[in-house]
Amino acid sequence: MNVLEATNVWKAFGDNTVLRGVDLTLAQHEVVVLIGASGSGKSTLLRTINLIERIDDGRLVLSGDDISEPRVDADAVRARIGVVFQQFNLFPHMKVIDNVTLAARKVHGQNPAEARAKGVALLERFGLGEKVNDYPDRLSGGQQQRVAIVRAILTDPELLLLDEITSALDPMLVGEVLDLVRGLKESGSTILMATHEMAFARDVADRVVFMHGGRIVEAGTPEQIFDAPREPETQEFLARVTHR
Amino acid sequence: MRDGAPEASAPGSTPVGAAEHQVSELELDRRRYRQRASWRSVLIAVSSTIAFVVVVSLVVVNTPGWDAVKQTFFNWEIGRDSFAGILEGLWVNLKALFFATIMVAIFGTLLAVLRSLRGPVFFPLRALATIYVDLFRGVPVLIVLYLIGFGIPALGIFGRLDAALLGTIAIALCYSAYVAEVLRAGMEAVHPSQRIAARSLGLSHGKTLRMVVIPQGVRKVIPALMNDFVSMQKDVGLISVLGAVDAIRAAQIDVAQTYNMTPYVVAALLFVAISVPLTRLTDYVAGRMNVREQIGGTV
Repeated sequence: MNVLEATNVWKAFGDNTVLRGVDLTLAQHEVVVLIGASGSGKSTLLRTINLIERIDDGRLVLSGDDISEPRVDADAVRARIGVVFQQFNLFPHMKVIDNVTLAARKVHGQNPAEARAKGVALLERFGLGEKVNDYPDRLSGGQQQRVAIVRAILTDPELLLLDEITSALDPMLVGEVLDLVRGLKESGSTILMATHEMAFARDVADRVVFMHGGRIVEAGTPEQIFDAPREPETQEFLARVTHR
Repeated sequence: MRDGAPEASAPGSTPVGAAEHQVSELELDRRRYRQRASWRSVLIAVSSTIAFVVVVSLVVVNTPGWDAVKQTFFNWEIGRDSFAGILEGLWVNLKALFFATIMVAIFGTLLAVLRSLRGPVFFPLRALATIYVDLFRGVPVLIVLYLIGFGIPALGIFGRLDAALLGTIAIALCYSAYVAEVLRAGMEAVHPSQRIAARSLGLSHGKTLRMVVIPQGVRKVIPALMNDFVSMQKDVGLISVLGAVDAIRAAQIDVAQTYNMTPYVVAALLFVAISVPLTRLTDYVAGRMNVREQIGGTV
């Protein structure tokens, strides 16, 4: 069964139509990378999947459940999806360990001691073992973003949404975050990510999706998209971002 | 490091270690200059303060009515005799303050949450909270005290109620409205991305408020809340108008017996004795938050 099936998704903010009939499918363990200029609808698509924004038309199906159905419990859907934001959005008044275990304790009703043990193990695995009891403002941007990723994956979500997670980072720190994402792919996570890191997209993506003006213009393997783009918009975008 | 140059030269304060870095003559000269300048500022401040106090005292003492004022307001014997009774009354004020604070914390938070609810379903609750806040922020505390203090017993359903209790309730009702507005401002100052992050984890609206928005919002408005607390501390003295024998009422009784105003001054000093530590604490908390939020920079 596909993890995500989005069909004919439309979304407008007032007069500004941001998504114009997007169709997208993610199979299990698949890593799909969304590329495209700012304002092309990448972030909005991610936000509609997480039900932060309500779609104007179309259907969103998560592992067989229609989540665009109004009777659906949005909190329960969000609990099945992990999200990482560009600006980290860690909770500044909570220690790192409390940030990463909040959902496990308060949404999934897990035993706090078990959640803590799992949180510590994950933080250690990603090189954050010494930061367990620190507050987020004591961490570097890269460390904060890794904590945010741990927070998103702690409850083993069916789908992971990464929204330009390296765009707010110092170039020196991008690598450590992307290495972590690479690790998640290897352990079998299903990931939909928007990014401007083209080299990373080529390296890690199973499929690259190019968005332009709220539509999916072209999708294919990294080789197809980066080496032989067919559509003129794709060619122009890639020429701009790779300075060719 | 601030202007405090002497600390910079103290041994062991430089991270690189004294042996590694010999401070230049140029820097030592700057430090000497700063130290001289700071001594000069202290000297000027102290001497101008003393001069001001001396002048004001001389002016007051030499007014034509000073002897009568001294006799009426600063009578040592009367002050000493009334002290015990007023102190006992102050205990009533402190109890009122304690219980009013708890009531305000609960009711104020509730009002703030109700006022920040969104969606048409909650319109009645939101409207009710808004009307409440508008009403109690607009009506003078004294009138609320009269309405509660004399109105509720007149209903005749609770039997006889302690005046101090009714007074405490009236004060708490007023301050809940003030505090609700402060809290709401704090909650609105929490960046929306924090709510989105919490909701994305699957937290419900209520849990998001309780665990993410309110804790951060309260931190943002702690100085304003402390300010309200200090002003409530002195407003609990108003419960005397309902006949509760608090510090002010105790002083009033003594005044009526001695025809001398000194007991009021004693009561005033006792209230100040409570509020000064609270005010200093407020300053300290606010200052510490400023330091934390404005890392670097001393200007």
